[in-house]
Amino acid sequence: MKTNNPSRLKDFLTFAGVILAFLVVYIMRSRGMLTRSLSGQLVPICAYVVMAISLNLTVGVLGELSLGHAGFMSVGAFSGVVAAMSLASVIPSPVLRLVIAMVVGAIFAAITGVIVGVPVLRLQGDYLAIVTLAFGEIIKDLINCLIVGVDGNGLHILFNATGSRSVSDLHLMEGGKVIIKGAQGATGVKAIATFPAGVVLILLALVIVLNLMHSRSGRAIMALRDNRIAAESVGINVTKYKMMAFVTSAALAGAAGALYGLNFSTIVSSKFNFNTSITVLVFVVLGGLGNMTGSIIAAAVLTILPEALRGFDKYRMLAYAIVLIVVMLGTNNPQAKALVGKLIPHKKKGAEEGA
Amino acid sequence: MEFLSYLISGISLGSVYAIIALGYTMVYGIAKMLNFAHGDVIMVGGYISLIAMMNAGLSPWVAILLAMVVCTLLGVLIEGLAYRPLRAAPSLAVLITAIGVSYLLQNSALLIFGANPKSYTPIITGTVHLFDGQLSISYVSLLTVAACIVIMVALTLFTSKSKMGKAMRAVSEDKAAAQLMGINVNSTISLTFAIGSALAAIAGVLLCSSYSTLMPTTGSMPGIKAFTAAVFGGIGSIPGAFLGGLILGIVESLSKAYISSQLANSIVFAALIVVLLVKPTGLLGKYIPEKV
Repeated sequence: MKTNNPSRLKDFLTFAGVILAFLVVYIMRSRGMLTRSLSGQLVPICAYVVMAISLNLTVGVLGELSLGHAGFMSVGAFSGVVAAMSLASVIPSPVLRLVIAMVVGAIFAAITGVIVGVPVLRLQGDYLAIVTLAFGEIIKDLINCLIVGVDGNGLHILFNATGSRSVSDLHLMEGGKVIIKGAQGATGVKAIATFPAGVVLILLALVIVLNLMHSRSGRAIMALRDNRIAAESVGINVTKYKMMAFVTSAALAGAAGALYGLNFSTIVSSKFNFNTSITVLVFVVLGGLGNMTGSIIAAAVLTILPEALRGFDKYRMLAYAIVLIVVMLGTNNPQAKALVGKLIPHKKKGAEEGA
Repeated sequence: MEFLSYLISGISLGSVYAIIALGYTMVYGIAKMLNFAHGDVIMVGGYISLIAMMNAGLSPWVAILLAMVVCTLLGVLIEGLAYRPLRAAPSLAVLITAIGVSYLLQNSALLIFGANPKSYTPIITGTVHLFDGQLSISYVSLLTVAACIVIMVALTLFTSKSKMGKAMRAVSEDKAAAQLMGINVNSTISLTFAIGSALAAIAGVLLCSSYSTLMPTTGSMPGIKAFTAAVFGGIGSIPGAFLGGLILGIVESLSKAYISSQLANSIVFAALIVVLLVKPTGLLGKYIPEKV
């Protein structure tokens, strides 16, 4: 298994790399060297990087496959949007509102994480994976039924299960506004998310996850991943540490969701479906399980890649699928590995040293 | 009477889920992998039969047969090219590869057939009227249920009586021991994929016949639900897939009718969660104790 040796130098390089990348992109943007579509992608890239770090905590560090991570992102996005929009008149500063929205998103996602985690973490392996998938779909459907509005009396929330209720059932006062309109999602959101805020969130997520990994609790979590029975026999509290990792991961996904949600004027719950969960899982697996630096690079590159392939337009998703299969075969098949080793001599030497 | 008609449509939907779930469960049982591309093989089956009927003017039965042949070849090809090289790889790598194959199939279909839904003429039309016309059942529903029962019986006989079926069970029990007994593990796994994909083709035709539309993403949601059904019944168990498919189909149909059409999927997934909490290996799944 992986040994995740706490090497402080590597962590330092990761932080330095993120800050450097931020500075380069920031300067390039201020000089107008980025295309419109690319500068529009900056905040989503930050959100996906945080999602990848957070899912890597569940899949790579805790060792449990989650197929419903977009559900937590969704909870964070919608609670964050509601928080930011209902506080619009009270707190004029958009930066402060963004921070509050991300905190609210993280808290709500963490609560959802507890609700989901209690039943889910009792299961194992593929059964656990399918139940996270089920929860992801349930969260998506439930948010699809929400109608939320705000007026002078505070928040009004309706649950539209039968499809018979509409915005007028909120009975908003004069001057009130609707925030979430059921399946139409949240519309008229003021986009207050910024690229620097996204990078700060990435750094914060890195601090949290790396510190957790290097702490006593983190070692307990990794021991559970490597051998649950052995870990249990030396007195590690399975439920406590699994929940710790899972809820932290959910909270980070919630903050990422709030950042993502506040970057667009319209956001619908069907955006956070099974495919989004899978996209993030692909970042984590391609970046390397338990490797946060890898997750960051994979998430950034794979979010930009489809944009960069716009020229091929029709073929880009096809190309993405083929790249995915070829990379998985190339990195996991013994024959292919040997072939790559022959082609790139120094890589082979590195492999021998490692072995 | 209304209830009975919802129940029948639930059984018919459940039969389709059961046929798809059989493919999932057999592949999982033998290769221990979640084959996420299975749902998209259904879609391919739908398109092949549509072309055979519309463009080539073949009769529905020939179209089904053609769809089965193409899907079988496709299933064996996918297994041989994408999954076989990863037999010793970690399960997550195989899972991501399966997702890649699923994207590949969906996007190829998107390029070839376009994103617009195509209308699908049911392979048989007409309805039976019972109780003075109070209850009407379409022939498609009857055919679906009948097909499901025939497939279920045939598969049970195949796995318990035939030599190849016994080989399949042996491989799913213990690959290394099966190999020592002279069973060709690779060809047995290919056979499993072939059977699963042929079933997916049948499911595709039946599914499109009851919904009358077809698009590149047609297979994904039924695929996920059938996967849920397979886990619900106990993944790896053939009667479990049948039972799980039927129950989920009925739950979905009844909750659409009486509770909320928007939340029908959620109720199906909630049923899965409840069952797994009470019985962590599904309704008919075997409990395998963990050894230290």
